[in-house]
Amino acid sequence: MRFTINQKTYEADVDVRTSLLDLCREHLGLTGSKKGCDHGQCGACTMLVNGRRINACLSLAVMHQDDEIVTIEGLGTVEDLHPMQAAFVSHDGYQCGYCTPGQICSAVGMLDEVKKGWASHVTGDLDQVSLTDAEISERMSGNICRCAAYPNIVDAIREVAGQWGEQAIKPAPRSAAEQPAQEKVSA
Amino acid sequence: MSIIGKLFGSDDTNALVMDEPRPTSFLDGAQDVIGKPINRVEGPLKVAGRAPYAAEYPAERLVYGVLVRATFGRGKLTKVDDTAARALPGVIDVITDYDTFIRSPGQGGATDAPPQGVQDVQYFGEPIAVVVGETFEAARDGAAAVRLEYEEADANFVFAAHKDQGKEPKKDQIPGHSKQGNFEKAFNDAPVQLDVTYTTPSQNSTAMEPHASIAEWRDGTLILHGAYQMVASDQQQLAKALGVSADKVRIIARYVGGGFGSKLGIAPESVAAAVAAKKLGRPVKIVLARQQVYEATVRRSNTEQRIRLGTDANGKIDALSHNSLIANTPYEQYWEPVGVGTHFIYGGENREVNHDLIPMNLTAAGSMRAPGEAVGMMGLECAMDELAEKLGLDPIELRRRNEPAQEPEKQIPFSSRQMIPALEQGAQLFGWSQRKKAGTDRRGEWLYGMGVAAAVRSNQLQKSAAKVTLTTDGRAIVDTDMTDIGTGTYTILAQITAETLGLPLDKVVVHLGDGKAPASSGSGGSWGAGSSGSSVYLACEGIRERLAKSMGVSVEEMTLKDGRAIAQNRAVPVTELIEENLSVTGQIEPGKQEKKFHQASYGAHFCAVKVNAVTGEVRVERMLGVFSAGRILNEKTARSQCLGGMTFGIGAALTEELIHDERSGKVVNRDMAEYHVPVNADVPQLEVHFLSERDIHANPIHAKGIGELGISGAGAAVANAIYNATGVRVRDFPITCDKIIEQLPFDA
Amino acid sequence: MKTFDYQRADTIEAATHANGRFIAGGTNLLDLMKLQVETPERLVDISRLDLNGIEEREDGGLSIGALVPNSDLAADPRVVEKYEVLSRALLAGASGQLRNKASTGGNLLQRTRCYYFYDTASRCNKRAPGSGCDAIGGFNRILAVLGTSEQCIATHPSDMAVAMRALDATIVTQKADGDKRRISIHDFYRLPGDTPQIETVLDAGELITHVELPAPPAGKQVYRKVRDRASYAFALVSVAGVIEVKDGVVASAALAFGGLGPMPWRNPAVEAAIVGRAPSTEAFEAAADALLADAKGYGSNDFKIPLARRTLIATLRDLTA
Repeated sequence: MRFTINQKTYEADVDVRTSLLDLCREHLGLTGSKKGCDHGQCGACTMLVNGRRINACLSLAVMHQDDEIVTIEGLGTVEDLHPMQAAFVSHDGYQCGYCTPGQICSAVGMLDEVKKGWASHVTGDLDQVSLTDAEISERMSGNICRCAAYPNIVDAIREVAGQWGEQAIKPAPRSAAEQPAQEKVSA
Repeated sequence: MSIIGKLFGSDDTNALVMDEPRPTSFLDGAQDVIGKPINRVEGPLKVAGRAPYAAEYPAERLVYGVLVRATFGRGKLTKVDDTAARALPGVIDVITDYDTFIRSPGQGGATDAPPQGVQDVQYFGEPIAVVVGETFEAARDGAAAVRLEYEEADANFVFAAHKDQGKEPKKDQIPGHSKQGNFEKAFNDAPVQLDVTYTTPSQNSTAMEPHASIAEWRDGTLILHGAYQMVASDQQQLAKALGVSADKVRIIARYVGGGFGSKLGIAPESVAAAVAAKKLGRPVKIVLARQQVYEATVRRSNTEQRIRLGTDANGKIDALSHNSLIANTPYEQYWEPVGVGTHFIYGGENREVNHDLIPMNLTAAGSMRAPGEAVGMMGLECAMDELAEKLGLDPIELRRRNEPAQEPEKQIPFSSRQMIPALEQGAQLFGWSQRKKAGTDRRGEWLYGMGVAAAVRSNQLQKSAAKVTLTTDGRAIVDTDMTDIGTGTYTILAQITAETLGLPLDKVVVHLGDGKAPASSGSGGSWGAGSSGSSVYLACEGIRERLAKSMGVSVEEMTLKDGRAIAQNRAVPVTELIEENLSVTGQIEPGKQEKKFHQASYGAHFCAVKVNAVTGEVRVERMLGVFSAGRILNEKTARSQCLGGMTFGIGAALTEELIHDERSGKVVNRDMAEYHVPVNADVPQLEVHFLSERDIHANPIHAKGIGELGISGAGAAVANAIYNATGVRVRDFPITCDKIIEQLPFDA
Repeated sequence: MKTFDYQRADTIEAATHANGRFIAGGTNLLDLMKLQVETPERLVDISRLDLNGIEEREDGGLSIGALVPNSDLAADPRVVEKYEVLSRALLAGASGQLRNKASTGGNLLQRTRCYYFYDTASRCNKRAPGSGCDAIGGFNRILAVLGTSEQCIATHPSDMAVAMRALDATIVTQKADGDKRRISIHDFYRLPGDTPQIETVLDAGELITHVELPAPPAGKQVYRKVRDRASYAFALVSVAGVIEVKDGVVASAALAFGGLGPMPWRNPAVEAAIVGRAPSTEAFEAAADALLADAKGYGSNDFKIPLARRTLIATLRDLTA
């Protein structure tokens, strides 16, 4: 099977039962995405697939061979953090750090949804979307943080949404030009 | 040999037993990093997904294990039929070792093996075998294919039916039973009496990272990457369980995805992974499924708390009783110290604090964030709210009238105590004076209310050691087996080192969680910062002494800043004062100070809720905490700890309940869809404030624990706010809508 | 998870002929397969079929492709504008991530969240027919009070389907022989009776291709969901309501309920109790009486009866205000 993850092509021969999450964690060395519940009940595994946030634990790898997948490793690096990653650091939007990659991928995907004008459960008029704290909390409720950094997570996202605008709203893996040309990694 | 070596020989330990107060501290130094809201030093690794947790280490020829559980609540396993499992492609082995596998996790700090002997099943979900596969998928399928044969035995799954079987447990942190004066007489004579019973359910820590181990034997030594809070004692537990000497086990836990008590002792997957790895000669990874975390790692015991308060007409308590029933598996000694805070929070001549332990065939009970206070303070602080209502007193005034001048049972002074200031400052910041009479603030469908509760948490110092090395290139390296479970250990140890040695923060490297490093207190009981922080501080103090000597000045006249030693109008780079790397091991031990002074941290919670009068749904609108916990080492991470504790309080008050089926002992809600920890939308933008404080009796860094203070009383503030909103008092936690709906007025 | 053959279908015909279990979003099916509650031998991946559009119909209604993700359906401007109850129901369900993945067809076919259904160590007639029901006599706080049987008291967990039922949706299917069916949502689900394992009238291999909504109903639309957490929790009780008040009387009403029964619940007697009457507490109470006349609690879910009553009355007030 062949996968495109963080703009790299990977080939892996995995069991048909392998989830997208386990593909990354157990076969490709991409352990940034976390397994917290394996049933779509915590959000720690959140990745961006074709630009949309999903629970990678509830998805079969085999079904994603044509997709553009972005994991936390593709958003930014330790040396060159994505604005959302940097905001989580400065606002202490984590404690143990285990839910954090999922929170960050989710936040990036969420801002893109807001940009598209998608309403949420707490939106008053469904066609009048604005990003209040209550909106951020509701939209991020699929990402559980047991350490409960929630107020700081809201602060971080609010800052990114306000200061970085579109740049942060787009999932921003480094541009293709900076990547080694279609590096192949076998697993 | 270096100059330092010549001066000091090989004695490189700076040890302190906390027998005397330590009024001065080098933390009030020139580098000015201590206390500051500095970002976590490991932050970039965490947000980039590059901090490796237990299950994320690569290993050659790695195989996967999945545990098999007992599907009955008590009895004897007669056969593990693995025929079908072994026939599945990719399944390598089905391993059970009745005598070696552990029934339930080790308790925090224990140095013996956890209870072993899984053939004698004591609770539903007990792990009894492991299926090992070439892939996780194969092993998972194999585990589901194992068939068990067993003989069931009589069991106790029903708490309510066995309340008469409680026995006084063995003394632990506090005695099981304790008495002072004559409670019964004083209570009967009291003009104002309150007699209420509160119940709290079983709870689960639900750390985001499930318990996980990768076990690998190298030259007769077990290397285990695990998710653990207390590496040193966990190594001993694991070694004893496996029957090998402690030096043959090395646990590594550099990053731990939350623990909250559930990772204090070793969990069942560790022993199973070690046994399987030995048998197969390959590294074995086992990660508990979330369902197994609920079934087979420690729960917080459910409690039933009868609280009786007798006061004079002015609300001064003369009689105080807090009697609790708690449960654990029959072979377990651990008991939830429900009344630990009750011993010292309020005055009163006549008092009793009793606990009785009921044996039940349920998942073992153990520590979960703030054992004792987390549930005991929910009961007691709700009872105090009821008492205030009865007396017609403001709840803060009631607490003021019962503020003891010294510890009321041991009659010793408090090392510091700012509970009333916390309540008073919180009241002002929160707008407490706006609180209305219970059940009177209705706007549309919503009822609004405010609640308050006090917070107390005993402070504990544990023996702890760390080695600090000042390198010839001007860096400091900290080595200790201490863990960072999200508490901020990496950062505060770096800050302590930077401050004490006068180094920029980026010149400090902290290595944690490796069992071959000096043994620390581990992370638990909120003692990590004070204990481990002191050991690092003492190591740095030792280095300072040696630098001063090398410079030919006294320690007192030397200032360390930005990598330079400054004294007598000289400024010398510290690297010029050492010829080779200089290592000192710091070690702290508790001493007489904890007998001479009662040490605790204090605080106050204020909460505003709205309750839907139609549906009974409760939403927290605002919550504010004021805390005093000695020196705050890092304002940012300390605040985060409080946010976490307060949110645990919201969960305990509103949603969290681990439910066992009373017919089978099975955990009913064993996943995160049905065990409801708070989500983002349940938690408003919480507010946290700290009171300035130093505790010179606690330790040389003057800091006390804070991770558990935030949960103490938090749930009570929520519950008291619900009462104030609705006029309905629910004494059975969590306060879900079903418990209040029929008492709420549909119409205004 | 038991192993399975995996096959990707490129056409509807290929899918219906594949003789396997369809998988689209997979958010519920994989969840259950991991626990071996579901053990299909063949998975037919329908996620790439061309069924992800939303089109306007000549009668003024909408045709929704079965693969339209919940997020997209909730955000569709036509749905937002004319079928607000559907948008609201979708947005009240699950999480952003799940809604991005979950499909319209799959959402209709969600299985119950009954604790005992989810654990193969429990008896469950839905999962293992004939084994018994541990929910009856056990902990059943989230389970049904309407439409139950002695074999099963499971609830249907969907929010979306509740709104669809209030909107009189039609489910369009295609069978292996090419036959297309149009099934009213009112006929789509089955009561558990003695066969709780059979939840819908779909035949084996029959694929949901579309869901049709009739022209938008007149009147005000509301979806109200009661749950333990503020978000990311299944409904204890939910009400989807569409009511038109004309000249001071209720001209038309459509009311469907979640959390109460084995299917998104609708009972014409509830609507009959208010249609033609002026909105009043008495009328609303009559509607609640009609809804709950046959309600039966099983212990820990007894509270759902008063909760449903109160929620319905408050929702009716809101709809007629």
